[in-house]
Amino acid sequence: MQVGTTEQHKQGRGTFREGDKIFANRLGILEERSGFVNVISLSGVYDPVQGDTVIGVIEDVSKMSWLVDINAPYPALLRVDEVPWRVEYGETAKYLNIGAVVVVNVAFINEARNIEVSMKGNHCKKVEEGIIVDIQPSKVPRVIGKNGSMVSLLREHTGCWIFVGQNGRVWIKGDDDKMSLLVEAIHKIEREAHTPGLTSKIEAFLKGERD
Amino acid sequence: MELIKDGKRLDGRKPDELRPIKIEAGPLHRADGSCYLEWGGNKIIAAVYGPKEAIPRHIQNPTRAVINAKYNMASFSVGDRKRPGPDRRSREISKITSEALENVILTEMFPRAMIDVNIEVLDADAGTRCAGITAAAVALADAGIPMEDIPVACAAGKVGDTVVLDLMGEEDQEGQADVPLAIAPRTENILLLQMDGHLTVEEFDRALELAMNGCQQIATMQREALMKKYQSFEED
Repeated sequence: MQVGTTEQHKQGRGTFREGDKIFANRLGILEERSGFVNVISLSGVYDPVQGDTVIGVIEDVSKMSWLVDINAPYPALLRVDEVPWRVEYGETAKYLNIGAVVVVNVAFINEARNIEVSMKGNHCKKVEEGIIVDIQPSKVPRVIGKNGSMVSLLREHTGCWIFVGQNGRVWIKGDDDKMSLLVEAIHKIEREAHTPGLTSKIEAFLKGERD
Repeated sequence: MELIKDGKRLDGRKPDELRPIKIEAGPLHRADGSCYLEWGGNKIIAAVYGPKEAIPRHIQNPTRAVINAKYNMASFSVGDRKRPGPDRRSREISKITSEALENVILTEMFPRAMIDVNIEVLDADAGTRCAGITAAAVALADAGIPMEDIPVACAAGKVGDTVVLDLMGEEDQEGQADVPLAIAPRTENILLLQMDGHLTVEEFDRALELAMNGCQQIATMQREALMKKYQSFEED
């Protein structure tokens, strides 16, 4: 479907160009921002971008590196010199074994989609407690909200600690009953991500459950 | 058997009329994208998984994604029980479906990846390859896979010396020709064109025109089905 022309707009995300016409390349919500025309996807896999902070699961261990599933079409490589520990050759499994969950930064990505991640970032660490909630990566911006408004709301009403990875994995920890309410709220946001007035709906939902 | 009587077909349709079509986007929750399609007597379910890392690794293409469509007829989909598993016909349809979809999906965005498209025919009543492509297209759009256009397919053919749109079971068996067509509706680029039987050049042109028109009608229904999935929440 045509979403604009090159005379009026610049070609943004989720679009492609034919001549001077811009078309949407996926099903999504049309957004015009600072001259760009974007189509925000309603579904789809995580498309890694350098600098993203994501939650990964170790899927393979070798002598000098790990392979991390970051919910993208391709696994990412985590080298021993990119972790906060001093790891001797062949001792990788002592620190992170298969199934371990880590918060990592996407450090490198090229055209062939070779991805490298690093644990040398602000939030990067091994996840040792709490639970991971899987949501669709395209819904992440709604779970975070404008300037983090939705996350603050969830944190305020449940008292749980929340970290949202850009790849659609949410790490939460807190009391069990609070966490189950939070998981429900996160899935509600995911289901209704494309509807207006979501923050107030979620606020009402959280309040309703507490009364 | 007289297939056309007083300008009407066995089921009362005019020559240029489609069978009733119902499309539902996203009925499966485990798949990345899915579609359930009822087209006359056909009942088809399509599911899309991916893009994901292509396995086995030797099928990976370093520059683009591989489309792996699998067409399968359930053993109970036809009158006489069909022996389960792939056969020559389903392998052919899987191949042509993959190739039709490859031409609209922006495969270069996902090098080394693969996209699985599973098409299950639950009930068959002629034109399942077209119905399969149409359902797969909706499932792909539902999965958020970047495409140039949402492909659509429809068949035309010749029965009782008349060129007709969208053949039903009896017409397919007793008819003189069958022309399945898949297009990208915006540009009308042809993604698949086959012909079984005999047609004169004029008849072929007429069949192509009918099938093109049919495709455009179905393309509208595909879009409506996709919109409907997201509208249901807005009404709450």
